[in-house]
Amino acid sequence: MRSKRAGWLNGLRLGILMAAGLSTAAAAGTYELTIGETEVSFSGDNAKAFAVNGEVPGPLLRFKEGEDVTIHVTNTLDVPTSVHWHGLLLPGDMDGVPGFNGFPGIAPGETFTYRFPIRQAGTYWYHAHSAYQEQEGVYGPLVIDPKGADPVKADREHVIFLSDWTDERGAQVHANLKAMPDYYNYAQNTLLGFFREASEEGFSETLAERAAWGEMRMMPSDIADVSGYTFLMNGQPERTPWAGTFKPHERVRLRLINGSAMTYFDFRIPGHKLQVVQADGQNVEPVSVDELRIAVAETYDVIVTPHSAAPLQLIAEAMDRSGFALGTLSTDGAPANLPRPEQRPRGELAMSDMGMNHAGMDHGSMDQGDMDHGSMDHSQMPHDAMPQEEMSHTMDHGSMNHGEMDHEAMGHEAMGHGKMDHGAMPMKNDGAPPSALSRDHELVPSVGAPEGARVLSYADLRALEDNDDLRAPMREIEVRLGGTMERYLWTINGKKFSEAEPIKLNYGERARLTFINESMMNHPMHLHGMFVELENGQPREKQPRKHIVNVGPGRSYSVEITADEPGEWAFHCHLLYHMASGMMRKVVVAELPEGA
Amino acid sequence: MNMKTLIAAILGLSLMSAPALAMEDDRLFHYFSLETDYADWGEAEREVTFEGEGWLGNDTHRAWLKTEGEWEDGSWHEAEIQLLYSKPIADFWDVQAGVRHDFKPHPTHYAVLGVQGLAPYFFETEAAFFLSDEGDSSFRAEVSYDLLITQRLIAEPYGEANFYFQDVDKQEKASGLADIDAGLQLRYEITRKFAPYLDFNYRSTFSGTRDIAERAGEDPESFVVRAGLRFWLN
Repeated sequence: MRSKRAGWLNGLRLGILMAAGLSTAAAAGTYELTIGETEVSFSGDNAKAFAVNGEVPGPLLRFKEGEDVTIHVTNTLDVPTSVHWHGLLLPGDMDGVPGFNGFPGIAPGETFTYRFPIRQAGTYWYHAHSAYQEQEGVYGPLVIDPKGADPVKADREHVIFLSDWTDERGAQVHANLKAMPDYYNYAQNTLLGFFREASEEGFSETLAERAAWGEMRMMPSDIADVSGYTFLMNGQPERTPWAGTFKPHERVRLRLINGSAMTYFDFRIPGHKLQVVQADGQNVEPVSVDELRIAVAETYDVIVTPHSAAPLQLIAEAMDRSGFALGTLSTDGAPANLPRPEQRPRGELAMSDMGMNHAGMDHGSMDQGDMDHGSMDHSQMPHDAMPQEEMSHTMDHGSMNHGEMDHEAMGHEAMGHGKMDHGAMPMKNDGAPPSALSRDHELVPSVGAPEGARVLSYADLRALEDNDDLRAPMREIEVRLGGTMERYLWTINGKKFSEAEPIKLNYGERARLTFINESMMNHPMHLHGMFVELENGQPREKQPRKHIVNVGPGRSYSVEITADEPGEWAFHCHLLYHMASGMMRKVVVAELPEGA
Repeated sequence: MNMKTLIAAILGLSLMSAPALAMEDDRLFHYFSLETDYADWGEAEREVTFEGEGWLGNDTHRAWLKTEGEWEDGSWHEAEIQLLYSKPIADFWDVQAGVRHDFKPHPTHYAVLGVQGLAPYFFETEAAFFLSDEGDSSFRAEVSYDLLITQRLIAEPYGEANFYFQDVDKQEKASGLADIDAGLQLRYEITRKFAPYLDFNYRSTFSGTRDIAERAGEDPESFVVRAGLRFWLN
């Protein structure tokens, strides 16, 4: 038994040791984490943060596959806390979500001991699952080295932990959003903007567009709910970028982790290809891209191979273009003083992001419960008749009555969801993935990359190791993601967490979850305890295993899941204030009585 | 029912709605905003007006407070407070019921039933029926719109109209459209919570109510520019 303070672990040093072939084989490791208050000055002003072992982000935890870990977490705050091991397969009572599996949280002054075997390898992270603490600093990286040889060959590695910091307390941010949902939106339509647009695009077009948004009481600028963040790369704000080292011709592995509360980042290293080798801790067949978008709580491992000694600039630009998390890699590890990258234009939502015809939707008449599509007959779906682009929108709920789709009103991409007749159309699971996500525009995030640049798409991801369970899902569970921005209310199937019954999965069953995003925002959906396999057009054995599936505005994706981890699992949008406003469910995996 | 009992009842309702195991998504939130302004130029008399509103509650049950008043040249001319229970009935609409008390010009109690919300094209809208303790009924409609000139400079046209369903001699109101209060507030949001403003305010009385005002030697209409401050707490 080896005892070490996790704070001693230095990712870089360890990375070099690993590269030198020295293994840190340990059958059982004991780690100590203390959650307490600290002062930070990320924004330039001093502010109170909650920290793990005095650091924000917390220390790198480095485990070994097969290790039995013991982690003592001591709470020195005057409020309860918790630590959740994001992406890890473990017993439910070790998952760290207060109120689930009898875990009460960690009371002030107490120490909770987590004990669980490490059954996987890859890049993950940890964070508090109490109140707003994952915004307030209780987060850190977690890396698990594989038992055998790592299929990802690298000469050097760096953990790149991205996060968003605000001097405001999380509770205050939430209160501001409840009082005024556009509190943080300083990119709204203005009169001056109107005249500018009108002179470029014509008065009547501009007026018509404004009127269409106004009619729905929605804002095209609603890209991010919270602004005013200072973005951090490994705890370094933009003005003092994080600095790391490399040597020319090395394969440098970057373990990208988005530990933000609310911020999506577009990541690139100008002049260098990123070879994506892992997503959400699970190895994927290498795919070479120029840029990628990392959703909140996702991880991607990329390999960069610099062929000269020129410094590299690591650019993570917030999706709402309100700033950067920056870093440099240089041969001597000194800050490279590269110029601040040019900010890309802020995107706007398009009418097509509506996806569904909100205005005409009749929530009241729809079954607000968790729908079970198990008995529907897929084979009747008019797949062949559907153009590919629409296929990816309709995915496998296939039950749409095309005749009633409101193409005119919402543009080509959109569907009159309110008129969909879920019940009447027959569907059947015939074993084949019901629809293919093509490499079309919708799966490629619009990161504003230059013409010809390749941006990572979910459709590119192919599991490196084949999936075990190749059964077709036995039933489908619809997960409608909805919201009322005006009330800052976020729901699943029309209900908040506190109002809803758990989703029940029979132990061992194979099910399909179909996300239908009826809102105008991205939702990085996270299931605890089990990976889901994203139906991304790859054959079933190659579907990528994910713990986060980002569902874009108006989009719908399906995932397959083998319910092989008994317990109560949190299932939620990983945007902190969406979760805290209700976009969460409990998923119970248990041996259900016959007929349940 | 007196005011204190009602406050207690409404707060009790909000608190009782919280489940035994408090979840973040059922947190109690609160918000209170106050606009207060001053005019002492032109032909207008020295006057101070204030308007406040706020709420306490969770997503489904809220207690609302609305208050407004006007002080002119040494004395209070108007002062009222409303205490309402508010509940969502649609994505953008709440129904509100409760009581209103006028301190000035004449102490009066009212029962209130209204709706408040955001109409298409972002019009903030309120409409309420009032039934006084003397049995007379009236209706008030308010609408406003935030026109962003820039992200922080905001022109807010607003209008309010009061209708009476019968003559109310004591209040010097006549049946029909009694008065409107309309204008444009031009504010600069230094922060969302702190904004100085200029208010270009026009008021007019109509029909029977106008006759009453004229007979009393009061101006049937007025235009005044006020300077004020808007802030909120939450």
